[in-house]
Amino acid sequence: MIVAKYRSREVISNYIILIIFALIAILPLAVLIFNSIKPQMEFGVNPLGPPSEIRFENFSEAWVKGEYAKVFFNSLKLVVGSVFLCLAVSLAAGFSLAKLNPKGSAIIAVYLLVGISIPAQLYIVPLFLLWKEIHLLNTHIGLIIIYTALNAPFATFLIRSYMIRLPDELFEAARLDGANTFQLFFRVALPLSWPVILTAGLIISLAVWNEFLFALTFISEEGFKPMATILFAFQWRFENNYALQSASAIMMVAPVAILFMLFQRRFISGLTSGGLKG
Amino acid sequence: MKIFSNKNFVAWYFVFPVAFIHLFVIGIPSLASLALCLTDWRGLGEINYIGFENFIELFDDRYLKKAIINNVIWTIAFLTVPVGIALTCAYLLTGIKRGQMFFRLAFFFPYMLASVINCQIWKYLFHPIHGLGGFFERIGWDFLAVSPFTMKSTSLFAVAFVDGWHFWGFLVVIYLTGMYQVDNHLYEAADIEGATKFQKFRYITLPMIRPVFVFSIMIIIIWSVPVFDYVYILTGGGPAYSSEVIANYMYSQAFERFDVGYSSAIGTLMFFYVMIIVALFGLFRKAGWDI
Repeated sequence: MIVAKYRSREVISNYIILIIFALIAILPLAVLIFNSIKPQMEFGVNPLGPPSEIRFENFSEAWVKGEYAKVFFNSLKLVVGSVFLCLAVSLAAGFSLAKLNPKGSAIIAVYLLVGISIPAQLYIVPLFLLWKEIHLLNTHIGLIIIYTALNAPFATFLIRSYMIRLPDELFEAARLDGANTFQLFFRVALPLSWPVILTAGLIISLAVWNEFLFALTFISEEGFKPMATILFAFQWRFENNYALQSASAIMMVAPVAILFMLFQRRFISGLTSGGLKG
Repeated sequence: MKIFSNKNFVAWYFVFPVAFIHLFVIGIPSLASLALCLTDWRGLGEINYIGFENFIELFDDRYLKKAIINNVIWTIAFLTVPVGIALTCAYLLTGIKRGQMFFRLAFFFPYMLASVINCQIWKYLFHPIHGLGGFFERIGWDFLAVSPFTMKSTSLFAVAFVDGWHFWGFLVVIYLTGMYQVDNHLYEAADIEGATKFQKFRYITLPMIRPVFVFSIMIIIIWSVPVFDYVYILTGGGPAYSSEVIANYMYSQAFERFDVGYSSAIGTLMFFYVMIIVALFGLFRKAGWDI
């Protein structure tokens, strides 16, 4: 794996360049963390450095002023709802495409592949009018259905490519024991698929937690808005209060950072398996 | 792998929910848009068929023209800067032993962050009084003394920079997966021949990672089309349309002017462009240009 016979001078120059780029990636985040615990008074004299005095009250103040208890709950509802619905439909479809191969299922695969690359700008207006017509605007269930559709093609393909590697003998044996197709799915395929369920679940959660365009368009009522659009509004409401803004941003980043630390490899392999817009 | 071809009917039950939800949310509204682009509908009242009038208007629309040019610039910028940096970093990463995982995580983490977060970070850093501008002023430098988001000459590049900063780590990881598959003997042979680092990159690494490289080029071209979040949040397309992109322009036509027919025409244009790109890459692959 490692390129052979590197001279030590070369290795040092490699490290220097890599460290410079790592700093470019990380220092802006460090500034955000510093700002979230910096007293607002200090911004005038110390815009980038670490705070002279740590002030955790920024968080409690932002939490109250932004009503984040409610906002977090809104986001959490969207994440949990979308993960459940999307996994349910994608697991079933992935199983069918991997192991049952109904005649003509290639059409579904092609349809979903095309579906991944359709720009949202093509369908967002008719979808908005449809949602208005059937009273799904400003509802979480409406947004959950949208997020399910947006993420289902990717999840289906991820699950399909995992299930296709499960040995056929298992399914044949179960079939000989008299299991019907539903039992094959629930008793054989699902228990063996938890790694891909976890990966897909994490990727869907991340996509929903971070999503902006559809949350902006389909939820206009303040009380229903998730983290992403509330934070956007908060940036205008407290335009010059960088302490509050940064504390709010950290609250949105923290769950992602914690999950990323726990499941780095899953996130990286899931996100780079393609098809998800970032 | 056909196991139960006689159970076709049941097999379809399993695909039905995905197909239904996707058709309901994306398929049918897309078809509706492809039809509505030929009308003058404004979301209310009667729908009149007007043929290709929207498209004629579209080709005369100088704001849209500006937006299209900006999208092209955006695409070119992403095909060069992040790709170049990511290739360099991935290649350098394969040449070190310690700290590989650390660098990989550091590069990748910004890709996990929401657009609102990245925008907030860079809005602050590019703030002329606080942020980097303020810092440079204190050390007697007028670099970044004006926010690049508010200048016509720099707004588009500033927005693209923020999106690129968030995106390039993703490319590093993609290129790394390709580079790890390159047979080490090739490099050893090249070392014996006395090849330089750059020669090894040019004549071994690059040809060997062609599949992932082509994949990355394709997704950059496709993903550069619907770019919205960063422009909407950071500049709203301004100042004076200098950072306007197609998706943001379409959004304002749809949700500020409520011109359903016209915004559908813009969406249709974007759709066909993306489909042509996808088809082209599909053809390349079929022609044996292994992707």
